[in-house]
Amino acid sequence: MTPKNLYQKIWDNHVVHEEPGKPSIIYIDRHLIHEGTSPQAFAGLKSEGREVRRPDLTFAVMDHSVPTKDRLLPIVDHDAKLQFEALAKNCAETGVRLFDMHSQNQGIVHIIGPELGITQPGQTIVCGDSHTSTHGAFGTLAFGIGTSEVEHVLATQCLVQGKSKTLHIVVNGKRPKGVTAKDIILAIIGKIGIGGGTGHVIEYGGEAIRALSMDGRMTVCNMSIEGGARAGMVAPDDTTFAYMEGRPFVPRGKDFQAAVEHWKLLRTDDGATFDMTIELRAEEIGPQVTWGTNPGMVTSVTGRVPDPHDFKDLNDQKATESALKYMGLKAGTPIVDIPVDRVFIGSCTNSRLDDLRAAAQLVAGKHVAKSIKQALIVPGSRGIKTQAEKEGLDRVFTQAGFEWRDAGCSMCIGMNADVLPPHERSASTSNRNFEGRQGRDSRTHLVSPVMAAAAAIAGHFVDVREFDVAHVE
Amino acid sequence: MPLDKVNVDTDQMVPKQFLKALTREGFGRILFYDWRYFQPGDRPNPDFVMNFPRYNGASVLLARTNFGCGSSREHAPWGVKDYGFRAIIAPSYADIFYNNCFKNGILPAILKEAEVDELFKRTEKEEGYSLSIDLPNQTISDKHGLTYTFEIAPARKEVLLKGLDDIAQTLQHATEIDAYEEGHPSTATMYETVDVKYYSNGR
Repeated sequence: MTPKNLYQKIWDNHVVHEEPGKPSIIYIDRHLIHEGTSPQAFAGLKSEGREVRRPDLTFAVMDHSVPTKDRLLPIVDHDAKLQFEALAKNCAETGVRLFDMHSQNQGIVHIIGPELGITQPGQTIVCGDSHTSTHGAFGTLAFGIGTSEVEHVLATQCLVQGKSKTLHIVVNGKRPKGVTAKDIILAIIGKIGIGGGTGHVIEYGGEAIRALSMDGRMTVCNMSIEGGARAGMVAPDDTTFAYMEGRPFVPRGKDFQAAVEHWKLLRTDDGATFDMTIELRAEEIGPQVTWGTNPGMVTSVTGRVPDPHDFKDLNDQKATESALKYMGLKAGTPIVDIPVDRVFIGSCTNSRLDDLRAAAQLVAGKHVAKSIKQALIVPGSRGIKTQAEKEGLDRVFTQAGFEWRDAGCSMCIGMNADVLPPHERSASTSNRNFEGRQGRDSRTHLVSPVMAAAAAIAGHFVDVREFDVAHVE
Repeated sequence: MPLDKVNVDTDQMVPKQFLKALTREGFGRILFYDWRYFQPGDRPNPDFVMNFPRYNGASVLLARTNFGCGSSREHAPWGVKDYGFRAIIAPSYADIFYNNCFKNGILPAILKEAEVDELFKRTEKEEGYSLSIDLPNQTISDKHGLTYTFEIAPARKEVLLKGLDDIAQTLQHATEIDAYEEGHPSTATMYETVDVKYYSNGR
């Protein structure tokens, strides 16, 4: 038999219909929806008199616009309230399971899928959200879709898809202390560019990827889309199976053992090929900080803000010039000399227990700098929040001067009240530093949770390796 | 209308505050909102190309590499269409945005970088510069004799030309979907009851 890579295996296992020269119809195992990109899909379905084919394989959650405090008070944002009501009504009418904002399992859609075990190896998973790539950490084919496709999946449990090319990204060697999954993925995007993965599905491999926890692998896969790839995946292994066991939607006992035997086959065969391969050495990666207005505009914390003339391409020069103007930065400024106004630790990229534990250990016994206007910790889910509170992390954060909030997308996208004000600068663990992303005219620097925590303490970016980083795995 | 910027993301096309709408209509008014208007009061920014009187009523959007990157929000192509653009010309697009264009009857034509450069030059030089796009023959031409051929997959072209309802198309394969489900039984069983009282619809 011809050796296959992981993507080809999952693809082949999901083809419902194919014919030469045309895109295929592929089956979707899990469909995740949220209040932001689903109302028009349900409306479309209704107007055509169509039904949800598999409400049992569809899961809904409120995350994008939910308040992260005072959740028991009435919702003051009228438009958000209408969205919540629409989602609740649509789910009630169609029988789709909903985790509303008062559910103890509520959280960011890409956090709760894996946390509850809805996400499992070998599946196809889609969601009207580009960070659906997160679920690829389990060896699933998971990608973001538009609202028309949400409607398509609701009606048919299938999608019409052309096959992607494949990109193998191998990160060899061992990560230095203080360098996290976030730094690995930012370094990858810095290398391939934000369009580098366009048309491709990424499989991540190599010693440094294998050494990551599931939380770390999710961070890496999450930002595949920032490198242009709709999906990124890591083949499942013992780390994956250990994570899965005992989660609410994961089979138990003998069924679990049988599932693991099946999941073990989900790996790229020896001799299988990829359309493109890129290798990096983990030892050469330092803590990363973005300086511009897309995630590819990134450098090591030991670096400086670049000069537009450092770039050969005229379009790159123009983009850099415009990014520096927007960011209010001068070329040549050392990254560590950039002051920070607000710190945000949260988002589907970095709001899991590993992230919160590492940040908490770094800030324990210290205090947020006086110049910092706000330092927010927003756990990715209420499950994570509860566990963190059991471990006392909430007290560590609040004693250090951070605000401890309820779960949601929060300041990553600023659809609720957590907005970065104009011209203010954040150290943010989120995924996008686009213009206006966290608030109109706001200035976002993407970093890892420990780098964000260190910036909160220092009031400006610092090399986290100067802190005690023995614990930063 | 020439938008001379690489890596334009969908956050710029339709910023987050407009993602709370429940319908697909009205996004043309706010397309490129933060670049197009000064605040407060939505005063037009005279330096943004969309507010140049010469590009009023433009139906072709000329763009640069990796157009439409970032968020999967279909609000972006809804805005592009609602504003009145019927086609986009760029050297490359982000995957999700590209896909979303076809769901909304927008042609995202791909030309070589040098060809796009030439169109930028001609658009900026000549007021009222116009292009004819022939989708069946996959050509873009102007009245000075310039003709470029653009790439598009045959199945994509068919979708635009026939305006097909792709859900109906897929439902024609309902028996195959049934057969797939029988051969690959998939269930999402919850093995422990987690706070059932918190599910708003009691499931």
